Formats: sequence, C-alpha cells, structure tokens
Amino acid sequence: MQGVIERWFGKASGLAAAALLVLACVFSEPALAQTAQSGAVGAPTPWGVDLQPAAGPVKEAIHDFNTLVLWIIAIITLFVLVLLAYVVWRFRETANPTPSRTSHNTTLEIAWTVVPVLILLIIAIPSFRLIYYQDAPREADMTISVQGRQWYWNYTYPDHGGFQFDSRPIPDDELQPGQMRNLAVDEPLVVPVGSNVRVLTTGQDVIHSFFVPALGVQKYTIPGRTLETWFRVDREGTFYGQCNQICGTNHWFMPIAVKAVAEAEFRSWVEEAKQKYAQADDGAAARQVQVAGAAAR
Amino acid sequence: MATAKHGPVRVHDHHGHDAHHDHKPGFVARWLFSTNHKDIGTLYLLFAGFASVIGVALSVLMRMELQQPGLQFFSDGQMWNAYVSAHGLIMVFFVVMPALIGGFGNWFVPIMIGAPDMAFPRMNNISFWLLVPAFLLLGGSLFVGQGAGAGWTIYTPLSDGQYQPGPAMDMALFALHLAGASSILGAANFITTIFNMRAPGMTLHKMPLFVWSMLVTAFLLLLAVPVLAGAITMLITDRNFGTAFFRPEGGGDPVLFQHLFWFFGHPEVYIMILPGFGIISHVVSTFSRKPVFGYLGMAYAMVAIGVVGFVVWAHHMFTSGIDVDTRAYFMAATMVIAVPTGIKIFSWIATMWGGSISLKTPMLFAIGFIFLFTLGGVTGVKLANAGVTQILHNTYYVVAHFHYVLSLGAVFSIFAGIYYWIGKMTGRQYPEFWGQVHFWMLFVGANIIFFPQHFLGAQGMPRRYPDYPDAFWGWNLISSLGSYLAAASMLVFFYVIWRTFAAGEKVAENYWGEGATTLEWQVSSPPPFHTFDELPRVR
Repeated sequence: MQGVIERWFGKASGLAAAALLVLACVFSEPALAQTAQSGAVGAPTPWGVDLQPAAGPVKEAIHDFNTLVLWIIAIITLFVLVLLAYVVWRFRETANPTPSRTSHNTTLEIAWTVVPVLILLIIAIPSFRLIYYQDAPREADMTISVQGRQWYWNYTYPDHGGFQFDSRPIPDDELQPGQMRNLAVDEPLVVPVGSNVRVLTTGQDVIHSFFVPALGVQKYTIPGRTLETWFRVDREGTFYGQCNQICGTNHWFMPIAVKAVAEAEFRSWVEEAKQKYAQADDGAAARQVQVAGAAAR
Repeated sequence: MATAKHGPVRVHDHHGHDAHHDHKPGFVARWLFSTNHKDIGTLYLLFAGFASVIGVALSVLMRMELQQPGLQFFSDGQMWNAYVSAHGLIMVFFVVMPALIGGFGNWFVPIMIGAPDMAFPRMNNISFWLLVPAFLLLGGSLFVGQGAGAGWTIYTPLSDGQYQPGPAMDMALFALHLAGASSILGAANFITTIFNMRAPGMTLHKMPLFVWSMLVTAFLLLLAVPVLAGAITMLITDRNFGTAFFRPEGGGDPVLFQHLFWFFGHPEVYIMILPGFGIISHVVSTFSRKPVFGYLGMAYAMVAIGVVGFVVWAHHMFTSGIDVDTRAYFMAATMVIAVPTGIKIFSWIATMWGGSISLKTPMLFAIGFIFLFTLGGVTGVKLANAGVTQILHNTYYVVAHFHYVLSLGAVFSIFAGIYYWIGKMTGRQYPEFWGQVHFWMLFVGANIIFFPQHFLGAQGMPRRYPDYPDAFWGWNLISSLGSYLAAASMLVFFYVIWRTFAAGEKVAENYWGEGATTLEWQVSSPPPFHTFDELPRVR
C-alpha cells in the first residue's frame, strides 16, 4: 500500500519537478554536484526546490513524512484556492444581485471542525513515530562529541582514544578546484558508513546549531548542556551543512562537512588522526584553559 | 454583523449639532496632549506608516545584499545581524502592533461598541507616546557601536555583555521595555473599555467581531508581555550587574531564556494576527452584503486560538534539547490550533457563499489574505511536526512561513482596514483604480519574494545569513527582484494616500451600502470630534 502511494506521489512530484527543471536548465550552469570528490555529495543544488537527497535512515524517515504532509497541505491549499475562485466568480455582484441571508449551517460547521481533526490525526500518528525514532539510537556503534565555537567546529572521538580537532572553513582565496565556497572545510568530520553515530553536542561560547540537511540531523550546541542526537550514513560521500543558529559576526561562515568512508578506511584514518592531533592536543588544552578563565571572569 | 440581525441601531442625529459640538482643541493640545481615541488612533497609524518605511527600507537593503553571493553592501556579519534584528523588531513592535491595535483598535473599538471614548483617555495618550522614545532607542541602536545583532529573539549568551558589548543591545532591550509598557497599558485600556463601556443592549454576543478580536488580543498582551519584561530585565542585569540568570558558569541556563522569550513570543504572533482576523470578517461581510457566517463560532474560534496559543511556545525550541515527550506534547498542542483557524477560513468563505460580491480594494486584500494566510497556515502545520522541523528549523522555510502569515497576512489585513475605513477616518474616498494597482503589485511582489524561500529552506539555507553557498543564488535572485516590486507598491500606496487627501471624493455616513452594518457606519465621515452626544441603544 505504502509502495503504491509512494509511486503515485513520486509520479506527481516528478511532473512538478520536470516543469521546474525546464526553468532550472534555462538559468543554471551544470549541476554543482559534479566535483572532484569521490562518492555522493550532500549539498544544495542550483534551483533546487525539494529537500536534499537522503543519505541515511533518519533523513529517509523525514522524507517519507515530509512527502505525506506536503501532499496534504498542497491539496488543502488548492481546495481553498478553488473554493475562493468559484465563490468570487459564481456570486459576483452582476451574477447574484440579491444576497442570501444564510448565516448558519450546523452540519457544515461540524464538518469543518471534525474533518480537520481527522486530517491532523493522519499527520500526527506517523509524526509521533518519527520523533521517537529520531530521538536517540537504540544501539549506537560509536559516539562523537560536537562543540560549536565562534566560528568553527570542534570534534572529539571519545570511543577512539578521545582525540579532538578543529574544523574550519576555507576562505574564498584558498579554495581548491572542486571545493564549494562557504561549504568546504579543512578537516571534515569523518565517520564510517553504516554505523549508528551518537552525536553529543556541547557549547562553549554562544549557541550554535549542528545542522546537516542530507543526514537529517540538527541540534543546538548550548553552553552548559550536553544534548544527544544521532545519524547514520548509508553511502560514501561528503555531506555538507552550516551553522543554523545566529552566533555572531561569522554565523554565515562556519560550515560543516561530514565525510563518510568505508569501515577499513575509517580505521586507518583514526590511526593517522591519533598521531596527527596528539601534538595539537597540548595547544588545544592550553587554549581551553584560557577560554575557561575568560568565561569565569 | 451581529447588530444587523437585531434590528437597526438608533444613533443620535448629529446633523446641525456638529457646529457647536465639534470644536477641537488647538494643534498642540490636540496632537501632543491628545485624549481623543480617534486622534490617538490617527497618531498610531501615522507612526506605523513612518516606521514601516524604515522597516521596509531595511528589508530592501537585506534583499539587495542577498541578490548576489558574497558581501556587497554590508561590511560584516555583525552589521547584517543588527539590521536583521532591527527589521524584525521594527515590523513587530512598531508597524504591525501600532497599526492594528493602537490604530484601528483605538479608532473603532469605542465607536463599534457605542462608547464615547476609551476608558482611560490619558493612559491612552501615554501608551502612544511611550512608543516614540522606544522607536528612537531601537533605531539609534543601529548607529551605536556594533549594533544589537542577536536576532529579534535575542537569545543569550549571544545577547549577553561578552558577545554584544556596548550600549546598543541595552538600548534595544530598553526599547522593548518601553514598547512593552505601552502595550500593557493599552491592553488594560481596551479590556476595561470593552467590558464596561458598551452601549445599552450591546451584549458580548452582539459585539462586532473586530471588537472580539481586540478583546482577545488585549488579554494576550496583558498576560504575555510581562513575561518578556521579566526576561529582558534579567538579561539587562546579567549584562550590567553581574547576575547569572542565563549564564551556565553562574548556575544559570540559556534555555530558560528561550522558554521565557517564547512564552511571550508565541502569543505575540497571535497578537499580530487576531485583530487582522477581525478586520477581515467585517470586510468580507460588507462586500458580500451578507452577515458573517457562524458569528459565535468565529468569536469563540478567536478565544480558542488565544487560549491554545499560550501552551504551544516550545515548538520554537524543537532543537534546543527539550526531551522527546515534551516535543510530542508541544507538537500535538500546536497542531490543535489548525482547527479553530480552519473554522475561520471556512466561515469567511461561507460568508461569501451566496453573497453579492463586489471586488473593491478592501475585498481584494481580504480575499488575498484568506488564501495567503491559508498557505502560511499549512506550512505552519508542517513545521509543527518536530520530526521534519529537525531539518527545517531556522531555515528559510521558516522565514517563508512566518512572512506568509505576517507580511502577507497581518499586513494585508492592515491594508484591507485602511482601504475599508479611510473614507470613514478622513471623510474622503481613496482612488479605486490606484488602490487596485497597489493590491496587485503587492500581491505579486510579496509572493515572488516569499514563495521561493520555501525552496531555499527545503534545500537547507539557514536564516540570518548575509552570504550563502552559490547553489542558493537562483532563488535568492528571484526573491530579491520580488522585493523591489513590493517596495515599489509602497510608493503607489503613498500616492493613493496623497490623492485621497488632496482630491478624494467626499463621502457620506455609509458609503459601502447595506453590507456595512456596524455602528461606525451610522455616524458621519469623519465622525464628529465627540462621536456620540447620547449613548446609542442597540436592540
């Protein structure tokens, strides 16, 4: 049943997309997604109108729900539009010079109270299922800790020895060919494909928001709190996001990149990273002491 | 409306008495020390018109910046953030609220209930004059230091002293205090007036729907604004006196601020739209020449929206770490609001059904309102679902949603009100052709601005960004082009106003004909300085 509905939804949205695609082809350059990087790229596309394609189960669940709601609200809006257009045409002054005096119709009034309630129930049931699914992984394979800072990200891998590193945006004049402006970072967050990743977000200065559309994940990073969410990436590739809570002058310039690699590649990356960030740790620790001192001021 | 079915209203005949009853005080006494609800209403409308020029100018600057990737007009993100924040606060506190509540509320609530004036005329005056320094403080904050760049939601710690140093943020917070005090005084005034000063026979269930909407709005203001005042007082002491209400290192909690802010902030969005609901009911009924369909349902739908509006605030905080059961509750409660809202939409259409509809400018704005508010409403239903809001929160999808209900909802209702009542307020009718030009330019322009923003949001473009990845360029360009059309429509509107004053046709009491049944249509246009010599009786 679900399959049938999805197919129909797919067809109709395909038609709509085709119409927009024509528009897109007229205006846009070739799609941005063709970059030098291997694997999928989770990023916005020029003239894109829909959610970014899903790269994991959380986002897929969001897509299913989004499609359902989008159809319901589109039909309601069109229904109201058609009603309005019909009423304006049918009961225009010249066509209907003598207005009726009707001001009550109990059946109708009950109907337009009860029917919306039923529609809301249709939305609410899968919606509840979705938020409990998104909330936390039943079995997390690994944990990463994400800290938003003015204006870069800091990632820690507590399950792999606790190494940590900063992820900073690449300024326009240092962009390599194939890197996307305002999205590329120097050190992406690396995760293995197919693992349930528990994300713990913490804050240090102001509130930021860890937001990766293609993975269906978003959580604030709030000073003094640790929040939990999760995602899983089902295919190799790089998935971009941006800070999504106003955080000061460079709010617009602290992108997020999540790189999903095969399990073996991830293991070798971890070994390298442990070496690479070991000496950096001293500097980071010293800086943290400074910041803590400033905060306690 | 309700009065229509209870027979005609008897109003003392003013003709011939105007000469000796209508002597007005001199300019200073009349406009600076005003205690007349109509004059204060006029002051509010002029103030909102002036503030809207600045609010719109800020938004056009923002759209110019976003027309191309890269930074062109703004020196840095902080300046951008300050402008974004000022745009939001000005539009909420100094345009929409003064126009709908202070302007139309003051003008027409007393007349519609047959009261000689507001209950507390001097308090009414101070309510208005508090807004002026508030606006100067907020406008001034843009030019002091780095500006107040924490968004209109002023979340801590970003709004705290360490991250917004200097007096700009304090000026903005004090501006909110003054505007809030103004609103609370105004709300007390409206509640007292509506409960105690209705003309004999004007029972609550015969009250015009605009008065109902103002009554519910006044209660929302009275209960919500003090919470904002408390929150920003604590923020001011955190900034200046070393307290730590919202600082984790001192045992405080930034999320507490979000709860307090939205406990005010969510009712606030209904404060902005409910008076508009009232106006739309009058306009739809007048131009369909039919009484409002389901009057009681309409009145109590507004009461329901007001009540439920107080228990849904944390749907603005779905990604702030509130736990999953709490999210489930706020989700369900939020969706419930769709039911009374749906009742209103369908009742308006039912009012038109069987009517004899004339498409004058106020009706165009009202029909535009019904459709666009529906569109903004259904995206609200989608955003009510925490599951999908996980990726739409803080994106342009949200920006599109709330501009559909405010920029296209509340603002359309303001224009509907202006075109509906400008003849009543000035005694001269607006030029119909230019009114319709204004409507179509604004309707098309605003939709070009905001509809593509749904696409940007779905693709993941965060709000409050002066620069964005190149892929977002296309729809941003379209959106910016739309904003120029909408801004140009404002020039047409000012031309309409000028034409009305300069060459508008003089109008009689009830220039809309049999469809207009409320009390303001039984007094002259403009009404005499003291509207009623003798209390009207409603049968």
